[in-house]
Amino acid sequence: MLLVVEQFLNGLQFGLLLFLLAAGLTLVFGIMDFVNLAHGSLYMMGAYFAATFAAWTGSFLLGALLALGATLILGIVLEMSALRHLYGRDHLDHVLATFGLILFFNEAVRLIWGPAGLALPLPVWLTVPVPILPGIHYPAYRLAIIVVALLVALLLYLGVMRTRIGMLIRAGASNREMIGALGINIKLLYTLVFGLGAALAGLAGLMQAPILTVQIGMGENILILAFVIIVIGGIGSIRGAFLAAIFVGMIDTLGRAFLPNLLRQVLSGAAASTAAPALSSMLIYLLMAIVLVVRPEGLFPANRR
Amino acid sequence: MKSFTVSKAVTALMLAGLVLLPLYSQASGNIFILTLFTRIVILALAAASLNLIMGFGGMMSFGHAAYLGIGGYAVGMLAQEGVGSGFIQFPVALAASATYALVIGALSLRTRGVYFIMITLAFAQMAYYVASGLARYGGDDGLTVYKRSDFSGLINLSNRTQFYYLCLACLLGVIFLIWRIVNSRFGLVVQGLRSNEQRMQAIGFPAKRYQLVCFVISGTMCGLAGALLANNTDFVSPAVMYWTRSGDLMVMVILGGMGTLFGPVVGAVVFLLLEEFLSQITEYWALIMGPLLLLIVLFGRGGIMGMLGRVGRG
Repeated sequence: MLLVVEQFLNGLQFGLLLFLLAAGLTLVFGIMDFVNLAHGSLYMMGAYFAATFAAWTGSFLLGALLALGATLILGIVLEMSALRHLYGRDHLDHVLATFGLILFFNEAVRLIWGPAGLALPLPVWLTVPVPILPGIHYPAYRLAIIVVALLVALLLYLGVMRTRIGMLIRAGASNREMIGALGINIKLLYTLVFGLGAALAGLAGLMQAPILTVQIGMGENILILAFVIIVIGGIGSIRGAFLAAIFVGMIDTLGRAFLPNLLRQVLSGAAASTAAPALSSMLIYLLMAIVLVVRPEGLFPANRR
Repeated sequence: MKSFTVSKAVTALMLAGLVLLPLYSQASGNIFILTLFTRIVILALAAASLNLIMGFGGMMSFGHAAYLGIGGYAVGMLAQEGVGSGFIQFPVALAASATYALVIGALSLRTRGVYFIMITLAFAQMAYYVASGLARYGGDDGLTVYKRSDFSGLINLSNRTQFYYLCLACLLGVIFLIWRIVNSRFGLVVQGLRSNEQRMQAIGFPAKRYQLVCFVISGTMCGLAGALLANNTDFVSPAVMYWTRSGDLMVMVILGGMGTLFGPVVGAVVFLLLEEFLSQITEYWALIMGPLLLLIVLFGRGGIMGMLGRVGRG
């Protein structure tokens, strides 16, 4: 029981983290029609910035805030210097250009921070276990991630659905020429959306940093997960990304936790222990394959076009 | 139709260079260059196979490295189990790649556009995790191939020069095959599907079936590259299938010129030589390579072949 609750929460926490990453990716794709493979690099940069700034300032929170600002600025600079010239080009051009950026960022990080990973230690008040149910404790930091991510998801939803900027963003997604013709500075709008996406990726990176080590290439595995999520959820749909992220986070975490035991019920011990790790890593890809076969547009396609 | 163009001249020069390379290597005693170019030729073969579906068929596969791994593991696993004959290893490698391509293609071709890019990527990642789980065959650490494929005296794969020429012959054979396919009725249908699928379907062509066959041919060719690669490195590991390797192949194709016969070969030669050259100057070669790719995308439409074409037209 204890284990089930704990793994359930872990799944939720991982899913929410994936949502932050997928939301930025799907915003940029849905609105600017831009495939950004370097999104994972921004996630990595968020983690590195946080580790560095936290060490400088001696405060985890201050470091996190500075890192958030730094990834926002980095995203804006990236968009203004290079990526804005690629809008309207073939998707393949996006893939190639941002693949180049991945190489660049990985190497730049190695040059600046060295090949060894960094650690981002947590302040003491975030390491204590918090009682959530009678007899069940859960680490405060993981709870904090859940709370922050839910808050961001809510703000994002309200921002996109209820504010003027959000209205422009949605309008731009449906018809960019039209809102340009209405006198909206679409260049600036795109820059802001890209910056927002970068900041979301950075936030995911800096929050994940204390749980994993901060290392080169950390964005690449998780980027693929984020892509799986937006494909399952339906590209361009924030709601789809949210639901799919929770779903994928749960399946991945629960699969890793319980699949080995389940397999042991039906297979011999040796076969089960061979198959379980591979199968649990494959689960979400299987899920994606099934979803795409049944609904090639994803589960919750954005209802435009 | 002009008979002489800059791109044709460059292609001819490059091919002559590739054919004569072992002579240079022997004369200068530079063995390293032969090893390097064996690798380049093999990866050029993989890039050419990707170009068949990407350049001519308009199917952006982001999981082509999976076939490298499958072809390689077929050789590695058979060698491990004591089956050393290349006459068995290579057909098995091709058949395994073809089967994988058939299944993946049938599923992936239900989608299009970015979804197609992503689903091919996801399936390749699945193959990557399967290989990582193969405890009997090295798992994460990979599998050493202690003995190269044995072609019972016909050709000796341990002889550097012979192996190089085998790889080059495979590359040229594959390019010849692609040329024949592209200019056949079948190839024209596939290219027609790239331009306008609905119209082709309206004329009465079963679109998906044509694309699937093309997808399988491409995968099988890439499986051949995988089998050669395992022989070249005497080693195969899940890392061969990692998604960044698929990205490398894509880069080679686009860099050289998508949808041209020799573009991927030019792309592979330039990409891998650049990687080698930059890594000799600095340990941080990717710091230059990354932005270089960005610049090529921004300014060099049509890849190197496209640029050469523009030079030719003045």
